[in-house]
Amino acid sequence: MHNPQLNKNGELQHLLSIDGLNAAIVRHILDTASRFVGVSDRDVKKVPLLRGKSVFNLFFENSTRTRTTFEIAATRLSADVINLNIGASSTSKGESLLDTIDNLAAMHADMFVVRHAQSGAPYLIAKHVDHLHGPHVHVINAGDGRHAHPTQGLLDVYTIRHYKKDFTNLTVAIVGDILHSRVARSDIHALQILGVPEIRVIGPHTLLPSGLEQMGVRVFQDMAEGLKGVDVIMMLRLQSERMKGALLPSAQEFFKSYGLTPEKLSLAKPDAIVMHPGPMNRGIEIDSSVADGNQSVILPQVTFGIAIRMAVMSILAGN
Amino acid sequence: MKLHIQNGRLVDPLEGIDAQRDVFIAAGRIVGVGRAPEGFVANRVIDARHLVVAPGLVDLAARLREPGFEYKATLESEMRAAMAGGVTSLVCPPDTEPALDEPGLVQMLKHRARSLNQAHVYPLGALTLGLKGETLTEMAELTEAGCIGFSQANAPIADTNVLLHALEYAKTFGFTVWLRPQDAFLGRTGVAASGAVATRLGLPGVPVIAETVALYTIFEIVRATGAKVHLCRISSAAGLEMVRRARRENLPITADVGVHYIHLTDLDIGYFDAHCRLDPPLRGQRDRDAIREALLDGTIDAICSDHAPVDEDAKQLPFGEAEPGATGLELLLSLTLKWATETDLPLSEALLRLTGGPARVIGGGCGRLAVGDAADLCIFDPRAHWRVEPRALKSQGHNTPFLGYELPGRVVMTVVGGHIGYELATHANHS
Repeated sequence: MHNPQLNKNGELQHLLSIDGLNAAIVRHILDTASRFVGVSDRDVKKVPLLRGKSVFNLFFENSTRTRTTFEIAATRLSADVINLNIGASSTSKGESLLDTIDNLAAMHADMFVVRHAQSGAPYLIAKHVDHLHGPHVHVINAGDGRHAHPTQGLLDVYTIRHYKKDFTNLTVAIVGDILHSRVARSDIHALQILGVPEIRVIGPHTLLPSGLEQMGVRVFQDMAEGLKGVDVIMMLRLQSERMKGALLPSAQEFFKSYGLTPEKLSLAKPDAIVMHPGPMNRGIEIDSSVADGNQSVILPQVTFGIAIRMAVMSILAGN
Repeated sequence: MKLHIQNGRLVDPLEGIDAQRDVFIAAGRIVGVGRAPEGFVANRVIDARHLVVAPGLVDLAARLREPGFEYKATLESEMRAAMAGGVTSLVCPPDTEPALDEPGLVQMLKHRARSLNQAHVYPLGALTLGLKGETLTEMAELTEAGCIGFSQANAPIADTNVLLHALEYAKTFGFTVWLRPQDAFLGRTGVAASGAVATRLGLPGVPVIAETVALYTIFEIVRATGAKVHLCRISSAAGLEMVRRARRENLPITADVGVHYIHLTDLDIGYFDAHCRLDPPLRGQRDRDAIREALLDGTIDAICSDHAPVDEDAKQLPFGEAEPGATGLELLLSLTLKWATETDLPLSEALLRLTGGPARVIGGGCGRLAVGDAADLCIFDPRAHWRVEPRALKSQGHNTPFLGYELPGRVVMTVVGGHIGYELATHANHS
């Protein structure tokens, strides 16, 4: 089956998911990002790679943080950025998703950064722009439903590479709400592509989707057991609507079993790093002393996130 | 109109015939098989050399979208599709707008269908008002208006007390209740089968227990009431095993599967192909294999098209928002033949699941070509292939996962009630 995010030459046409990318493409993105990390430290934080290009941030689901990082990345590449909070405009007037895309493409958009509550929505958009607007319009998935958040997955492996150098001797644990997490899925694919030999996922049965083992991970319910000897701990955000109801009785009880505390962290390797995609719920999935502790790399993740998004946009634009 | 269909290969599974036999038709009935009745003079002789002459297909689930959904399809378009697919009898579920819960609506549908003079339409009445699962409909009145059974279509009944009473009431009058086993809560938000594919794609899942829990409830209520139940669209290996055991126990049940489920699995969703958004969802390879096995061992009586024409806009949406369903009337025969070819199944065995099998479910009156039977025939070329594409379809719905496929078996002529309801243009030119 043709992978819709690659062109006929196997090059990246859109970034829709990490699933289906090869190691060469992933490494190329990481290497390109490492060249952009320095840009943000300069007095003039701009390079002219996307000058004259228009990047449309299409957020069908609200997310100030992710939208802002894409906006900063595009601005540092000298692109024009247009932010559209679609939830509040056209679709609420009954316009269809693809009509919205056509209208914006007619305004000569070069790149769409799309977030949507439905898994697979960026695929529909990518297929549509390929068909109607040709190979010069690119789509970046900024998070679709539970499916994928590829730039987050990439910035996570970038962060791991920064601190751990080699992927092929690592044990990585992903903890929390795997069921609803697009970050977890993108992380699993990225880690696998780069050769991480042991990926563990840890969570209660209600937050683990069925068939997870077939993604090539080891599944744990007991956090103490799952964290034993790991090099990297990736915590996930627990959405507030999951905290009370049929999936979990309460946030407090979740923290007791699956919150990352200094005691639980001590089960991992002494030099283990702690990651979180943000925004954090302190005292629910992570204890403040861990979030702010010396093993936490949560803020560097944010910094690297800009560089990763610059790298992806720059590569898609043909640089 | 007197027709003489000559030199064809007559395949009538119920009669156990698979041989070259001429068929003679007069006044809407079969008047001779193999031998013309005395003094028979045909108005038209149809040369069926190299063609299969079979009973007209009987489809246990075809949505005609009227009343209420004319923007998706109309009775005219879908009846033409039925004819082009060789389907001469079809059961339509009550999920129209309004639902078929009043005798007047059923009479209107029957009247509209009759005036088109094409396939025989057997409506299912709504089991509960508005398919809401709360109040029973006037089943006796609806039966008088032409309903052959009662159904909730794809809307499950959450209240088991209502389900119990519905089956008790149906049992009182000997009505059959058609149920799709689907728990009202389990998998309610699901759009794909729970499992590795849904997990990888981040699609909310429908677990197998949504089907098996519902089956367990239905079987218990059937044991308690003795009501006749037809089970629609069994989709899982575990569900089929329960049906198999229930049949061994001689519960008064019959069952069907949808034709798409014989071929496709959740892997066919690929990169979110909304044409594979079906209800029930496509399951795994083991489930597909179990469906094929259950068709052979008699656990399942019939293959139906589960025809659901959907307008283009409703499929041009993210997978989870796309409307479920696939057009199927014109693919039913070809997809069944494809299965037969893949498994070396004798043609007669395959056709049984499209003719005699479903005919028994609706209580006879079709699906057989003995002298005296209604002259409903499907004449097809088993060796011809055709390409599935929008312009090849009469149905207003072009939504099918098989777009672009070359499929075996081309319907050449459909005869219904003794008149020619469809004739393939190229064939007519030749003869």
